[in-house]
Parts: sequence; structure tokens; C-alpha cells
Amino acid sequence: MAKIKKSPWLLHYDGSSCNGCDIEVLACLTPIYDAERFGVMNTGDPMQADIFLITGGINTQNAEVVKQLYNQMPRPKVVVAVGVCACTGGVFKDCYNILGGADTVIPVDIYVPGCAARPQSIIDGIVQAVELFQKRSDEHDKEMKNKGREAS
Amino acid sequence: MDYKTSIFVVCYILFAPLIGGLLQGIDRKISARMQRRVGPPLLQPFYDVIKLFKKQVIAVTPSQGFLLLTYFVLMVLTGAMFFAGSDILLCFFVLSTAATFLYFAAVVSSSPYATVGSMRELIQMLAYEPAVLLTCVGFYLAEGTFNVDEIVRSDTSAIRYLPGFFVAFVFILTIKMRKSPFDTSTSHHMHQEIVKGITTEMGAQNLALFQITEWYETVFLMGVVGLFVINSNPISIVVAIAVVLAVYFLEILIDNSSARVKWNLMVKSSWLVTIFAAGVNLLVLMLVYKR
Amino acid sequence: MGIFVGKNNMEVKTMIIPFLILFPFIVAVLMFAIRVNKIRNGVAYLSAAIIIGVDIYLAVSWIMGGCEILSLYVDTALANHVILAAEIVLAIAVTILCFIHRKYWISILAIAPTALMAYLELYGPVEEGVAHITVDRLSILMCLIVGIIGGLIIVYAVGYMHGYHHHHTDIPDRRYYFFSILFLFLGAMFGFVLSDNLLWIDFFWELTSVCSFLLIGYTKEQVAVTNSFRALWMNLLGGCALAIGIFYCAYNAHTTSLHSLVEAGVIGEKAAIIPVALIAFAALTKAAQLPFSTWLIGAMVAPTPSSALLHSATMVKAGIYILFRLSPAMSGTLTGDMIALIGGFTFFATSVIAIAQSDGKKVLAFSTISNLGLMVACAGVGRPETIWAGVFLMIFHAISKSLLFQDVGATENSLHSRDIEDMHGLLYLLPKLAIFMFIGIAGMFLAPFGMLIAKWSALKAAVDSSNIILVLFICFGSATTAFYWTKWMGKIISHSHMTGEPFKDITKKNEMISLVVHAVLMILLCLLFPVLTKVYVGPLLTEMFGYSTDVLPTNILIMLVIIILLVFAVPFLAYIYNKNVKTNVKLSYMNGINVGDNKAFIDSFGDEKKLWLSNYYFHILIGQRKLMAPVRLIATALLIVMMIMIIGGAM
Repeated sequence: MAKIKKSPWLLHYDGSSCNGCDIEVLACLTPIYDAERFGVMNTGDPMQADIFLITGGINTQNAEVVKQLYNQMPRPKVVVAVGVCACTGGVFKDCYNILGGADTVIPVDIYVPGCAARPQSIIDGIVQAVELFQKRSDEHDKEMKNKGREAS
Repeated sequence: MDYKTSIFVVCYILFAPLIGGLLQGIDRKISARMQRRVGPPLLQPFYDVIKLFKKQVIAVTPSQGFLLLTYFVLMVLTGAMFFAGSDILLCFFVLSTAATFLYFAAVVSSSPYATVGSMRELIQMLAYEPAVLLTCVGFYLAEGTFNVDEIVRSDTSAIRYLPGFFVAFVFILTIKMRKSPFDTSTSHHMHQEIVKGITTEMGAQNLALFQITEWYETVFLMGVVGLFVINSNPISIVVAIAVVLAVYFLEILIDNSSARVKWNLMVKSSWLVTIFAAGVNLLVLMLVYKR
Repeated sequence: MGIFVGKNNMEVKTMIIPFLILFPFIVAVLMFAIRVNKIRNGVAYLSAAIIIGVDIYLAVSWIMGGCEILSLYVDTALANHVILAAEIVLAIAVTILCFIHRKYWISILAIAPTALMAYLELYGPVEEGVAHITVDRLSILMCLIVGIIGGLIIVYAVGYMHGYHHHHTDIPDRRYYFFSILFLFLGAMFGFVLSDNLLWIDFFWELTSVCSFLLIGYTKEQVAVTNSFRALWMNLLGGCALAIGIFYCAYNAHTTSLHSLVEAGVIGEKAAIIPVALIAFAALTKAAQLPFSTWLIGAMVAPTPSSALLHSATMVKAGIYILFRLSPAMSGTLTGDMIALIGGFTFFATSVIAIAQSDGKKVLAFSTISNLGLMVACAGVGRPETIWAGVFLMIFHAISKSLLFQDVGATENSLHSRDIEDMHGLLYLLPKLAIFMFIGIAGMFLAPFGMLIAKWSALKAAVDSSNIILVLFICFGSATTAFYWTKWMGKIISHSHMTGEPFKDITKKNEMISLVVHAVLMILLCLLFPVLTKVYVGPLLTEMFGYSTDVLPTNILIMLVIIILLVFAVPFLAYIYNKNVKTNVKLSYMNGINVGDNKAFIDSFGDEKKLWLSNYYFHILIGQRKLMAPVRLIATALLIVMMIMIIGGAM
């Protein structure tokens, strides 16, 4: 099994957030926290991403967007909800247009709490997501192998 | 092809991706250090590519795969021809055909970002092509041959006659390697206006293939840089490697210390440099040395 | 360079050559006379087949006979008078047309050279024992190009003109006239490339100019008439220069034979300088070089078969042909420098302007001028390597341009547009035509095809001859050339924003035949390229220069074969391989607001918005309107200064 967890590429999507978490997410990549140590790259492209990082809640407008971005990511993939809004809807929960947390439209694997989430906890969330990513990749490999066996 | 050239070609095909990947790893590490970060491990590019191969194969248009594969093979062919000591002008012609296939692979998806990126890639080709051809002409004038194996065996380093060409070539190298300030087509730093440019719709193994092709290309281009220095004296090989590394470092430095320019400034500046550095050098060579 | 007379196949030639020249004239009359479409089409097919057949027979029998240079028709008093009469008729016809359309001054350009020629014919110095027709490798090559491509284009034209008049009901159906001129032109072209006598050359030259003029004005629309007269005066100006050159040559160099003139030029006889310069000047007008390029752009209003035949594949090559003939005499002289400079400048400048064009036919027109420029530059340098390059450029250009023009024409009939932007996804709309277009464009600039190798050789020769400016022009021009072709190819293969309504491919079978033959020829030539250079073009250079250099070293040749095989095989194998890879198709990335079919996205009002992808053209920056005038000005200045220098220096 190859160590694919050494190369987690992120897709960061900002739902309906106050931008607090987004700034913290970007802070993770700055010299102080330097998430690239773990091979993390922040790609803007779902096609190349492994970990889907969502900040902010889901509203009626972006629900479809989040679903489409999720579908555009190749398997195996992991979803991380960063900040309390992405987890549950947060302070915006009762707004007329808010549907709730990210898990109302796509399956979320890791929840990172905080308002705003601190870089330390975001990196912690990513590291956990990376482990899950490795696990899923192994499963994906096995599945592909079985499929290959069935075909032959 | 004799015994020796076959070894060179086989070595290129086997080791170029390793060297190219390693160079990219060094690039990322040095870039990180320049930004006072720790940076990823040295072997990070290999981890990335292995991961990309492991992912589900995904594409907007399935035909992208074969176009990229063609791009890959033609690029390997370019390098193989170069290291086999063949005609350098021919190498660059094949290289431009390879680049055309990359363009096709990007536009075939008709994705807005990929299309913008590929149009910009075309402009980049427009910017660097004259300098590349002139470099070949320079080698021909300095050494009397287009053949790489004969250029390598000459008594003096070509750079003695070709300082202007060298400047022009290093200048367009930034464009060719899609590094800032001339990374208009890929925007390789994150979060930019055209997402990932020409590679936007490449994912999983397609992107991996693109990456490996870039490694081959880097080694080939660095080979051309080395060709400026290498002569029949074995010591020159060491010097050449030092020059190659210095040039590569220079590219990283430029990459990290400049912001992206607009396409028209790119074309203008590269053509101006081509005319003034390479053109003047050409003039001197033709009028002073050869006549 | 001696002139040999082959006895064995002499008789055959004396029959075939007049047949080849006269037969199209007879058919032209027939075409004009037959007003029933079906019968005329039948005759056209038959005649085209006969022309191709005889043409190939001539070439094959001549090559089998050992490729001797034949000089024929020494005593031709009758033919001379017929030609003189025809020339006068031609001048009168042009004059009448000029008066009808109130372009009085153009008639002077028609009358003056005719008067000169008539004077020369009747009262000029008589030269005994000179052949009027010469058959050598270059003229046979031209015959093959003219005959085969011309014949195919006529086959194509039968189908095309049917569709053309189907769509353009406002244009009077004068197909009898159209085909008549096409055949007339073929005859003129055969006469032109086979003649050695300068008086004959002048007549056929004027005849092709007039054919071109008549075909451009075919639709009788205002713009067509204006453009046709522009083409006329520019070509006639060249004709004037030619006539003066011939006149000067007859009195000062004491010859009216092209071969003798070139020989005199090679040994550096002073009297040959001015005629060579004037004839070269005439060739520039015919080859639509700057500053005369505008006539060729304007000529694109004519129906596509005439654009393909006259304005890209053959007639403009007449200028190139005559320059190739003169090139040994021009090599290293001021005339040669001028021609190389103008050619190189045209190559670069028009390829820049071509980037800004989105009309398919205009791109083809500009690229034709641009490529002709490269050939002209090759001729101007006048070394065996450059002529080698030039000959291959000519062959490949003739075939791929003819293919492209016909294809764009057929596409226009089916798609109702010839704008490149409308060809987005052509591969899925009109697959057959798109593939032919792809082959044609690939032939124009991609690696294994001959054009690129020719460019390689041209570059090398330019360096060898220390022509710095030409080297720069070729380097920069190659980059701009690749730019506009690549973006066109990209348009063809792009997916999406296809409107959904399927277009019907209404390309006629006869059009298809011509396209297929062209495409096959193109690929065959690409494969046979190394053989062709050894067997035919190498000796051609020996014939012209008395010696020949090995232009393609063996290692390059081997490399070339490998590249050709790989470039053909790799995409194919990759395609086969990739078919087995299971790919999951997903939507293209539009920030998550892709509507679901890659053709539209959701805008900020929540509505669907069509995605429209367009190429870059930079038409404000480098458009025709902005660049054409200054570029022509520069070229005019260059031309005038250099002509004065040449003529003044020779006086």
C-alpha cells in the first residue's frame, strides 16, 4: 500500500461564512503554521483535490454548488467541515436562507469546531482527514483489485 | 545508433523523471525556505504523482487521455533525440509538436478555465519560440553544426561565442517552465484567476502524466543549458552541472520574487530580449567571427 | 549546363505538349458553348480526367526516358503570330472592360506591354535556332502540380458550384463562364511553365492575370468588381515590368530565351541585371508579396474553387516558379537580396496579420501570402539548399492549401459560415470535413510534414548565407505561423457550445473525391518525402545550379523517418490504449455552477447563461486595418529604393 496520505490536496470552499474561518484556513499555509510540511496544497480545482474543506453554512444558493464540487472530485475523497457554521449552521442557523451545516448536502467526515476555528485545530482536522484518506484509498485499491479479478 | 548513444538514451528515459522530480522537490523546498517555511519533504513531487495515479480516473472528455499520452511520448522523444546527439533544431521542432498536443488536450474539454489557460499557453509559445529557434541558429554558427554530439565534442564552450543567446534562452526558460512572472497559462501558485489554467480539467492519472512530462521537459531544457558549456574537456561537464544548477536556482529566485505579468508585457519583453540579446549576438557572430 | 535533345521520345513530346496546352483552350470554348448543366458537367469531368491522365503520362514517360532536358519548337513562326494576335485580342478585351467599368487608366497597363511585345515580335532582333519550349525537372514538377491539383479542383468545382448557386440565388448562374475560365487558366498555366521563350511567357502570364481578374469578378457584386480591378492593375503592373524586362533583354542581352538570360546572369553579364530585376519584380506582384498583397486578400470574394486553384495552389506559384528559374542568376546579387528581404518581410508581417483574422478564408489567404513569402525568400537567397526548401514548400503548400480551401468551401456550404469561431466543435458537427481540415492544417506546420523540414532547411541556408534579417524573420515568423494554425485546430476539436441542431453534411460526392485524393496525396508525400528528395529534387538542383549539395544528411533522414512513424503511430496507439482505460466522465469546472451539460452556467440572477468560448485575435492590436497600411508602406519604400539601386547600378 502506497503512502498516499503524504500528498493531501485541498479544495477550500467558502459557504455562507463570516470569512473568519477562511482567514484561519489561509493562515494554516503561512510560515507560522506551514501546512505544506504535510504535503498539503491548496488547489482551487475539485478535479485535483482529495480533501474538500468547507467553511460556513449551506444556504439555498450554494447547496447545488457544494454538491457539484463534491461530485467533481475523484474518489477517494474526504470532506472536512471547518468552523461551527459548517458543522451545524452556527449562529446563522435560524436565518431564512440557511439549510444548516455542510452535512445537509454532502457526507461530512471530519468536524472541526470553533468560531472561528483555530489554525491548530484546522491542521489537526486535516491530519485526521489524511488518515481517513489513506484508509479510503486502501479500500479503493482493494475494490479496484477485486473488480479486476472479477473481470478476468 | 551505436552502443554509447543507446546508453545515453536509455539513461535519459529511465532517470530523467527521477532527476526532474528531484529538481522540483528542491524547487519546492527552496521556495519554502525563501518564504521562511519548513516546506514539504524533498520527495514530495513523487508522493504527489503516486497519489494521482492511485485516484479514480476522471475526465471531462475521455479523449484527453490519449492526447496527453501523445504529448508525453513526443516529449520523451524530444529528450531522447537530444541525448542521442541528434539535430537540436529537429528536437525543438518535435518539442513544439508535443506542445501542440498539450494544447489540444486542454481545449478538447471546452472548459472555460482550461481554454483561457491554453490560449495563454499559445501566447507563451509565441513568446519563446523565436528565442528557441535562434538558440539553435547560435549553436550552428558557433560550432558549425546542429548536431548535439558534435557540439559536445568541440574544443571550446559554445557560451564563449553565445553570451547573448544564453541570456535570451535563460529568459525564455522562465516562460517555458511556466514560472512566475510568466506563469500566465497555469498559474501554478494557488488561488488565482484562472484556477489551474491549462491543467484545470486534468485530474488523477492525466495530471500525473502531465507532471512526469514536465519533469522530462525540465531535464531536456537543462540539458540545453548545459550544452552551452560542455566541450571536449571532461572538466566542463562539472562546470556545466554547476551552471545548470545555478540557472535553476535563478529560476526559483525569479519565481519567488516576482508577480505575474500580463501577456502583452510577456511577449514584448521576451521578443525584445530575444532581439537585443540574441539578435545582437547573431549580428556579431555573423559579421565579426565568421567573415 | 548543356541542352540535350533526346531523340527517342522526342516525337511523343512534340505531340503531347501542344495537346496539354491547347486541349484546355478547346474545352474552355466547349464549356462556354454548352448551356445544359448535366452535359457540361460530364464534359468537365472527362476533360479533367484527360488532363490529369495526359499530364501524368507526360511526366512518367519523361522520367522513364531518363529525364533529359528537352528543347523543342525552334521554328515557330506561325505559333508566334497566333500568340501575338491572341495577346492583342486580350489587351483589347481588357481595355473594353476597363472602359465599361470606368477604370480608364488600367487599360494603359494592358495596352503598353502588348504594344512593346508586338513591336518586339514584328521589328525586334530575330534570334535563330532557339527553342521555345523546354522540358526539365522544374517544369515537369509544375506541370504535375497544375495538372493534378487543377483537375481535382475542377471535379470539386462541379459539385461546389451546384451548392453555391443553390444558396446564393441572388447571384446569376454563369457556370458555363466559370468553367470556361477555369479551363482557360489551366491551358495558360501549362503554357507558362513549359515555355522558354520570353515572349510566350509574357503572353501566358498576362492570360493568367486576366483569368484571375475575370474569376474574381464572377459574382458581379460591387465589392467583387472593385477587388477584381485591384487584382487586375497589380498584376498588369507586374506584366508591364515583365514586358519592359523582356524588351530590354532582347536588345541588350540579345536573347529572348529564359535559359540564356539566366546563364548570362550566372556569369555576371551586366546586361542581364536589369531584366532579371524587372522579371523578379513582376514575380513579386504575381506571388502577391508586399506591397501587392492586397489583391490576393480581395480575391477571396471569388467562389472557392477559383481561390483554391488560382489564388493559392497554382497561379500565385507562377511567380515563385519564375523566381526559382531566376534564382541562380539572382544569387548573391542586389536583386537576390531585395527578393529575399521582401519575401522574408512578407512571411513575417502577413503571418502576424493572419493571427487577427477569424474568417477562415482570410486566414488561408494571409497564410498563403506568408508562405509564398518564405518561398520567395528562398528563391532570393538562391542557393541549392534554399531552392530545395522552396521546392518542397511549394509542393506541400500547393496540396495542403488546395485541400484547405476546398474544405473550407465545403464547410461553408454545410455550415453556412466560414468563420473559424463557428467551427467550434466541427469534429462533432461535420466529422469528415473536420478531419480533412485537420490534415490540411497539420500539413502546414506540424513536425513530420514537409513544410517544417523545408523550414528547417531554409533556416539553415539563411544562416549559411549570413542573411541575418532573413534568419530573424524566419524565427519570428515560424512562431506567429504556429500560433494561428494551432488555435484554429483547437477550435475544430473543442467540445460543447454546439447548438444541438445537427448540421447536415451536404458535401457532394465529387467534392469528397477531390478532398480524399488531396488528403491521401498529402500523407503519401509525407511518407515518400525522403525518396522524393533523393530521386527528384536533388537532380533538379543539379540541373539548375550545375551542382547539388546533400541537403538532408543521412542521420537527419533516419531521424525524420523515426519521427514520421512515431507521430503517426503514437496518437493512434495512445487512442487504442486509452479506449480501454475506464474513464469517469464528469462536468467541466465552472465554479460549481455548471448547469449540467457543460454548455451553460448559472449567472448571478439565477438564470442559465450560455457558455461561449472564443479564441484570441488581438484584432485591435494587430488587425489588418492597423498593420496593413504601414507594412505596405515599408515594403513599397524598400522595393522602390532597391529597384533604383539595382537599375542605377546596372546603367
